Amino acid sequence: MAKRTVEVELSTTGLDAQGRAQRMPLSAIDDSGSAVAVAAPPSIEPELVGEHMLINIGPQHPATHGVLRLVLELDGETVVRCIPHLGYLHCGFEKSGEYRQYNQIVCWTDREDYLNSIGNNVAFALGAERLFGIEITERCKVLRVIAAELSRIISHLVWLGTTCIDIGAFTPFLWAFQQREKVYLLLEKWVGARLTTSATRVGGMAADIPSGWMEELRHFIKSFPHTIDEIDRMLTRNAIWVGRTVGLGVMTPEEATNWGLSGPMIRASGVAYDVRKDFPYLDYETYDFEVPVGTNGDVYDRFLVRMEELRQSTRILQQAADRLPDGPVNIDDPRVILPPKSKATSEMESMIHHFKVVMEGPRPPIGESYVAVESPKGEKGYYMVSDGTAKPVRWRIRPPSFVNLSAIPKMVEGHLLSDVIAINASIDIVMGEIDR
Amino acid sequence: MGLVSRPERGLITHDAGSQEGWVATRLDFLVNWARANSLWPMPFGTACCAIEFMATAASDFDLARFGMERMSFSPRQADVLICAGRVPFKLAPIIRRIWQQMPQPKWAISMGACASTGGMFDNYAVVQGIDTIIPVDVYVPGCPPRPEGLIHGIRMLQQKVYNERSSDTSIRDEMEPDPLSQLYIPPSVIDELGEPFGNSVNQTRSAP
Amino acid sequence: MNQRFQVVQPGSAEASGASAPATPKNLPNRGGETNPSAGALQQRFGGAVKRVDVVWGETTVYIDGASALEVITWLKDDPGQQYDYLSDVTAVEYREAEAPIEVVWHLRSLPFRRFLRVKAQIPKGQPLEVDSVWPIFKSADWLERECYDMFGIKFRGHPDLRRILMWEQYKEGFPLRKDFPLRGRFSRSEQLRQALAQNPEAKYSMEELTIADAFEDLPESMRERLKSGERTGE
Repeated sequence: MAKRTVEVELSTTGLDAQGRAQRMPLSAIDDSGSAVAVAAPPSIEPELVGEHMLINIGPQHPATHGVLRLVLELDGETVVRCIPHLGYLHCGFEKSGEYRQYNQIVCWTDREDYLNSIGNNVAFALGAERLFGIEITERCKVLRVIAAELSRIISHLVWLGTTCIDIGAFTPFLWAFQQREKVYLLLEKWVGARLTTSATRVGGMAADIPSGWMEELRHFIKSFPHTIDEIDRMLTRNAIWVGRTVGLGVMTPEEATNWGLSGPMIRASGVAYDVRKDFPYLDYETYDFEVPVGTNGDVYDRFLVRMEELRQSTRILQQAADRLPDGPVNIDDPRVILPPKSKATSEMESMIHHFKVVMEGPRPPIGESYVAVESPKGEKGYYMVSDGTAKPVRWRIRPPSFVNLSAIPKMVEGHLLSDVIAINASIDIVMGEIDR
Repeated sequence: MGLVSRPERGLITHDAGSQEGWVATRLDFLVNWARANSLWPMPFGTACCAIEFMATAASDFDLARFGMERMSFSPRQADVLICAGRVPFKLAPIIRRIWQQMPQPKWAISMGACASTGGMFDNYAVVQGIDTIIPVDVYVPGCPPRPEGLIHGIRMLQQKVYNERSSDTSIRDEMEPDPLSQLYIPPSVIDELGEPFGNSVNQTRSAP
Repeated sequence: MNQRFQVVQPGSAEASGASAPATPKNLPNRGGETNPSAGALQQRFGGAVKRVDVVWGETTVYIDGASALEVITWLKDDPGQQYDYLSDVTAVEYREAEAPIEVVWHLRSLPFRRFLRVKAQIPKGQPLEVDSVWPIFKSADWLERECYDMFGIKFRGHPDLRRILMWEQYKEGFPLRKDFPLRGRFSRSEQLRQALAQNPEAKYSMEELTIADAFEDLPESMRERLKSGERTGE
């Protein structure tokens, strides 16, 4: 067998003396059939060592989950440095909150982390109630736990769907959004809105659950784990999924604590910090649930932690549905709670009362409060300072995904450009909350 | 045949018995029919409305029924800019740049109260309506609009596309108003006129 | 799965008989149980700790702004405190014109499951400067940048203190200050004109422009400013 040479036209070798493209042998096989080395063609490309390239992702890019902008310095395809740019969705929430009464701020909390809107309502109401010195009723507490856990489920489902699209799987997105629509139906029956719920008020809820709602919730609790199992079967042992997530964006426990990560991010790094367990609110210490903890701190562990949290949230929902006590939802305090609508339209005193609560607004004593809850993204805190008037002096949102995102320059360093998308997706960012 | 089932337009004639297989119609109608049913949206999703937009595209509402399942994340291959969510001032040059990058014919849907008017974000950071930056064809109200609402807006846009005439060459012109004309209102006057509205917090610009 | 990290459990430093954390109930407005770290701080730093308040069960320690980094470093490193988690850095300006601006640090001790609020007051008229805690808490990086962006408080020692939410040429000031009107200082049309005047593609920061070969293409004046170490603005 004659020596066979594979000739391939290289675009970079240039032209010969006659002006034709030069052909260079790439590899050769000798008589015995084994490959022999062929001297590489002399490179006429400029020396690439030391030349870094800037690449700009965003602010309008489907893989940045909103309007985040990342400027990446690349060496070949490896990220050397990442500089995030924020603020493309800065809408002045904190400033506007200083001009609103406490019950009016509730509907701003919807729009700030809009995947978790009813959970934000609950968090804000808890913060405001500490500032007012109010103890809410037992029924209200359980209803708020139901609200917060439903909200965690729909938020994680959006995370799951969009992350799958980023990494290249479309089907789980459709499955996740089917389940979201079921939760939307529940929320719509309860408070009348799908996304921007504005469900809580200082001292209670906007509405009690309608009759028959609990049966529908139980039906959802029963049917929902099937979807998790389906997605689990599809992704958890999927070679592509594993190959694109394992070992990416590792944060050690010390780093995760020092960078202030929270939520599934810090738990995937092996720190079992969950606000519901360590600084409980809404009597979470009386519910029986586990805190999933990862031990590798990479994108795959964050995925596993969130999948397990979906199951644990279903457990909490089940317990809350079982223990929901009868009784009033709102507290009995005319300073903050409106009179019933039927009375407000028929009795003069109630109408004046209604007018005063709405127009002047409830006034908390001078003081401040910081109440943190475990939102799907992490530790979400509302810090409010009151000077005794009906509007807060300062309304501060402690944004978990803002702090989580601040670690992205560290996490993507040394990874490939395509891995930046997977790492960015694993943080579960919501630009509405990051930029506020 | 699908075309015959729209006799209300009175534009299609088709003799089913003749076996010749020909259709007579107006060129405008054919072009508009093709355009309206294969609109490629460029989702400019910023905030809450983008989540409802995703819900519209997902399985329950299925935007694909209206020929829009092909999301065009590159403005160069897009027909409709769907601005879903609030647009702060920092984002203003970007939405204008994206609009300029889209080829004609192009349309814009302003989804939600914030994109249409600024909504509740009447403060220092948010553009009070994207129609101060780009021309908008359909405004979809709601905070956020339900998927049904967005689909209704898309159907309205399709109606608008159906009614376009290719002989009307001015339809694609983007004009800056001439400062000398009677129609021109200087920005300072617009500011003054706009002042009493949206004043939900009892605060004027001069007050602290 | 091979285990790479040891799982860290919060509450590991608590005494074995300590009660499990529970939802706080019926908190008094003033007074109540004080965080033991406040007493330890008073013992250790004396005059630098000006006042200790307990409001709604949350302990606030007012410290001297000049010793902020020292106090917080001690809180982090002392084995009896171990405040290893910085939740938040923010500031408060009151409606009264003469009230001082407060810089607020929210600290958590995961091993002890404690929460402490540290405040430094900066009287009006004095330069708005405090020490950055970036050397010990990396989470302070963006939080301090945001605080600078919104209030104009300079954090000494922060490596990259530039605007984070508003764009770098934003001319209207610091939005969360009380003298800043809700709708900004300029009219709507002027705000829009200024916003549209920026070129979105030319919006790299000075730091990024030093990378790669962009440096040679810069105007002479900007190169001079870059060489002199300036980091922000265009």
